[in-house]
Amino acid sequence: MASEPTARVLTLSFQVEGQNFRASGEAAGRIKRALEQVGLDWSIIRRAAVVIYEAEMNIVIHARRGVLSAEITPDQVVIVADDEGPGIPDIALAMTEGYSTASAEVREMGFGAGMGLPNITKHSDEMRIETEVGKGTRVTAVIRVGACGDGSRAVSDCSQGSRG
Amino acid sequence: MKVSDVVEALGLQVAAGEAQLSREVLGGYCGDLLSDVMARAKPKDVWITIQGHQNIVAVAVLTEISGVIVCGNVEPEKDTLDRADREGIPILRTSMTAFGVAGRLAALL
Repeated sequence: MASEPTARVLTLSFQVEGQNFRASGEAAGRIKRALEQVGLDWSIIRRAAVVIYEAEMNIVIHARRGVLSAEITPDQVVIVADDEGPGIPDIALAMTEGYSTASAEVREMGFGAGMGLPNITKHSDEMRIETEVGKGTRVTAVIRVGACGDGSRAVSDCSQGSRG
Repeated sequence: MKVSDVVEALGLQVAAGEAQLSREVLGGYCGDLLSDVMARAKPKDVWITIQGHQNIVAVAVLTEISGVIVCGNVEPEKDTLDRADREGIPILRTSMTAFGVAGRLAALL
């Protein structure tokens, strides 16, 4: 799946605790700042931010714990959310927009709208789910630098571009 | 238009992020589902919501919006305000409904 390794690789990795809504979004924020420091194009950062946030929130909402990581190269950003949790019994169902197993309490906070995995798919160029019921789930999403508008499924985001 | 102009025109209470009221506002987004806001809000939008928990700050930072209007007299949690101060996100309160805020904001922009 990955392109040839490049000389410049930046890898960031964060522990994410399940059900800890107080710290949620912090790992995503730190990875986004790293993407900004690397100087990636705004549209790539925007797409990556959505993917990273949703991946982090999936761990917080559904898993006991997990690791959120990002591998940044000049060619692509690879985001991996690897969790210890319930796993996904039916991936096709989980990918259906609007379907969610989140609790009522979590939904009241504005999560669990069944948009997480679809959002990751829409904003990445490649997405893979490996899961084992009762063990955990690993979601891998790839965002190619420069792919926007050329095979990307997030063309609409590219066209929005940056304001100002 | 700046956040401070919106505060003045709509009579909003500044609950946090007072140091960042000079941020520019170009549009608005209305929603309480965080994934929806993540996917659709644009930088320099003002986000209108009834959510008051601290995850709104994370979403605001990631989407690069200019501020959050917490409407319907919802009292944001103290942790939300502390985090917003740390991250420099204006949190603005009002008793107006989301519909009322959106209508007035749209007329201003």
